[in-house]
Amino acid sequence: MKNKLLLGDEALAQGVLDAGLSGCYAYPGTPSTEIMEYIQNSKLAIERNVHRSWSTNEKTAMEAALGMSYAGKRAMVSMKHVGLNVASDAFINSAITGVNGGLIVIVADDPSMHSSQNEQDSRFYGKFALVPIFEPSNQQEAYDMAYEAFDLSEKYQVPVMIRITTRLAHSRSGVQTKSVREMNKSRLPGDMRQFILLPAIARKRYKGLLSNQEHFTSESENSHYNHIIEGSNKDLGIIACGLANNYLHESLKRTSLDYPILKISQYPVPVNMIRKFASSCKKLLILEEGYPIVEESLTGLLNMEYKVSGRLDGSLPLDGELNSDHVSRALGIELPASREVPSLVANRPPTLCPGCGHTDVFLALNKALATYGKGRVFSDIGCYTLGALDPLNAIDTCVDMGASVTMAVGAADAGLIPAVAMIGDSTFTHSGMTGLLDAVVKNSPITLIISDNATTAMTGGQNSAGTGSLEKICLGLGVDREHLIMMTPLRKNHDKNIDIMKKELEYNGVSVIIAQRECVQTAARDKRIAAALKLKKVANT
Amino acid sequence: MKSDIILAGVGGQGILSIAAVIGYAALNRNLNLKQAEVHGMSQRGGAVQSNLRISDEEISSDLIQSGMADLIISVEPMESLRYLPWLSKNGWLVTNSKPYNNIPDYPDIESVYSEIKKLPNHIIIDADGIASEMKSRKSSNIVVLGAAIPFLPFEWDDYEFGINKLFGRKGEEIVRTNLEALKAGMEFCKTINK
Ligand SMILES: Cc1ncc(C[n+]2csc(CCOP(=O)(O)OP(=O)(O)O)c2C)c(N)n1
Ligand code: SF4
Repeated sequence: MKNKLLLGDEALAQGVLDAGLSGCYAYPGTPSTEIMEYIQNSKLAIERNVHRSWSTNEKTAMEAALGMSYAGKRAMVSMKHVGLNVASDAFINSAITGVNGGLIVIVADDPSMHSSQNEQDSRFYGKFALVPIFEPSNQQEAYDMAYEAFDLSEKYQVPVMIRITTRLAHSRSGVQTKSVREMNKSRLPGDMRQFILLPAIARKRYKGLLSNQEHFTSESENSHYNHIIEGSNKDLGIIACGLANNYLHESLKRTSLDYPILKISQYPVPVNMIRKFASSCKKLLILEEGYPIVEESLTGLLNMEYKVSGRLDGSLPLDGELNSDHVSRALGIELPASREVPSLVANRPPTLCPGCGHTDVFLALNKALATYGKGRVFSDIGCYTLGALDPLNAIDTCVDMGASVTMAVGAADAGLIPAVAMIGDSTFTHSGMTGLLDAVVKNSPITLIISDNATTAMTGGQNSAGTGSLEKICLGLGVDREHLIMMTPLRKNHDKNIDIMKKELEYNGVSVIIAQRECVQTAARDKRIAAALKLKKVANT
Repeated sequence: MKSDIILAGVGGQGILSIAAVIGYAALNRNLNLKQAEVHGMSQRGGAVQSNLRISDEEISSDLIQSGMADLIISVEPMESLRYLPWLSKNGWLVTNSKPYNNIPDYPDIESVYSEIKKLPNHIIIDADGIASEMKSRKSSNIVVLGAAIPFLPFEWDDYEFGINKLFGRKGEEIVRTNLEALKAGMEFCKTINK
C-alpha cells in the first residue's frame, strides 16, 4: 500500500480511519491535537462523513464516543494526558459498561512537560480501568495498532487505550498503510441492560471485566508487538517499553554489547514472557518512557530476590523524557564527546504575540488592582498564562482548566476580597461555567474576566465552543445584567477599561467582564485561507 | 550513509518549511527519515528546534544523541549555539547572520559571531539580505537551506521535488522564487568555500 510521511499523531488517525472509524471526538491539547486535525482534513473522513468536530471538553468527548459505540459504530476519542483526568469518570465506567462498536481511547502523555502542568503516565489509568493498552514505539506501530485496536475492542467488548508520548506524537516518518475497511452499520447492543450501571448490573459487569483479565494478558503474551530479541550476554536482560526501545537500539548501535531484550508494547504486561525472560538473565534493567510502572510491578514491595534496576534505583532519572544519553549511561556506555552551550546564549521563552488582546487586559488589570496589592489573580490555562512572566507578572495561579473561577471563589470565602478570576473563552466553556454557577448561587465577591479571543489559541487556533454566546451563557447562569460588562482590550481604551475594572472590583458580588478581541494569529490565518480560496476560484473560472 | 541534522530558530521563522523540503528530498531519494518537530507552547516567539535524521539504514531514535549531529542549520545566530552539545566534533554549523531580538538580554551580536567562529566548520550567511535583494524577504529560510546544500546528501532535482511539493499549491511564481532563493544560498556557500 501507500507509503506516507506521517507524524505519530497522524499515523494513529490514518490507522483508525482505515479501520472503519465513524466518529472522532476530542478536545485540543498538546501533543494530541494533530490527531483530530488530521481527520478533519482527511479526504476519506470527509467522503465518509466521519464525525470530526471538536467537543467542549474531554469528558463530553469521551461520553459522545461511548454513545456512538453504544449505537454499534466504531468510535475514537483523543486527548492529552491531563484531559483524561477530566474524562476519567466516563473512561473508568466505560470499562464496566463495556462497548458495542469498537472504542479506542488515545491519550498523549507529555513527559518533560514540554507544554503541560504535569507528566502523569496514562498507563496507570489504563491499568486502573483494567483495559488493554497499546504503546507504539514508532510511527508504523502507531498506525498498525490503531488499525487493529477496534478488533480487540469488539472481540472483548472493552474500550482499548493507545498511549503515546510527545516525541512520537510530533515526529514524522514513513508509514505503510493497509486497505480501507467498511464502517460498521448501526445496531443496538446485544445485551440491552449492559449500559445501565445500577449496582446489581454493575457488579455483574465488573466480574465479567475481571474474568477477562486473563484473556487480555494472553493477548499480550501472543501479541507480535511483544517479543524477545535473543542476546549472548545474559549478565543483564533489558526490558524496554514502547518508545524506550528506540533509545536502547540507538545506544547499542555504537557498541558490541549483546544483551537479550524484551520489548513490551502491549499491556497488561505479558507475565509468562517476563518470567521466562527474567529467569534466563542475572539482572534486569527496565526502560520505560514515563513512570516506573513495569519496574514497580516487578520489584514488588520487598524486592529481595532479584536485582531490578531502572528509574526507581536511580539508574535512570525518575522524571522527564527518556533519551539515548540516559539509556547509554544506564548501560555504562560512554557518551560521544560533546560541547557546552556558550554562556552568552540567553533563554528565549515563549511570549504573547505583539498585538494580543490578553496583554491589554493585563495592563489594565495591573493598574486597576494597584490599590489592593498583589496575590489575588487566579488564572487558568491558555496563551494568557504567559501573563505570569516578565514584564506583566499579572497572574498568581494556573492549576487546571477552570480552576481560576473556583479558586477565586474559595479564596473569597477565606476573606481575600476582591478575588479575580482570569480565564480564556475556550477554557471557560471547557470547565469554567460550572464554577461560575457556584459563584452565582452564593453571590461570591469575585470578578471574573473572560478574555475572549474567539478561538482556542494556545493549541493552534481551533474553534471555541462559546464564540458568540458567552454573554448569553453568563446571563443564563444567573449573572446580574448590571454586572456583566463587555469591553474591548485595545491600547486606546486603556483608561476606560481600568475604570470599568475598578468599579467591578468594588462590587460585593459576582461580576463578569468579557473582554473581546480576536486572536491576531487566528485572524491572520483566516485571512490567508480566504485569500487562497479566492485564488482557487479565480483559477477555476 | 547517515545525516543527522538539527534545525534551529525562533517560533514563526519557518524552520518547519526547511524540514519539509529536506523531508521530501529524502523521500525522493528513497531514504529513511525521522523528523521530530516542536509544536504547541514553544511556538510563540520562543526557541524552537527540529531533529531531522536521514539514513539508508533503519533509524531507531527520533532524537539525535548529543555529540552526534552532522549539521546544524539555523535561521538565527544565537539559536544556532543553543544546540552545540548535539554537534559532532567535525559537524558543520550553517546559520543566518540576522539576529531576532525579542528578549531583553540578547547578547552582543559580535560576541555571538565570535562564538560561532570558534567552530572549525561554520558558515554565516546574510540570508535576510540576500532574500531582500531578491525582493522575497519571506524566503530567507530557504536561502539558509541553500547554504547547507554542500553538507546534505541530495541532488538538485531532490530539492526541486521538495520545493514543488511544499509550495506547489501557492502557484508557480512562489515555487520559482524559492528555487532562486535556494540557488542563491548555494552560490554564496561556493564563493566562501573556495
Ligand atoms: C484538561 C486539559 N485539556 C486541554 C489542555 C490543553 N490546553 C491548554 S490551554 C488550552 C486552550 C485555551 O484556550 P482559551 O482558554 O480560549 O485561551 P487562549 O489560548 O485562546 O488564549 C488547551 C486546550 C489542558 N491543559 N488541560
Ligand atoms: S496566539 Fe493569539 S491569543 Fe495567543 S498570544 Fe498570540 S495573539 Fe495572543
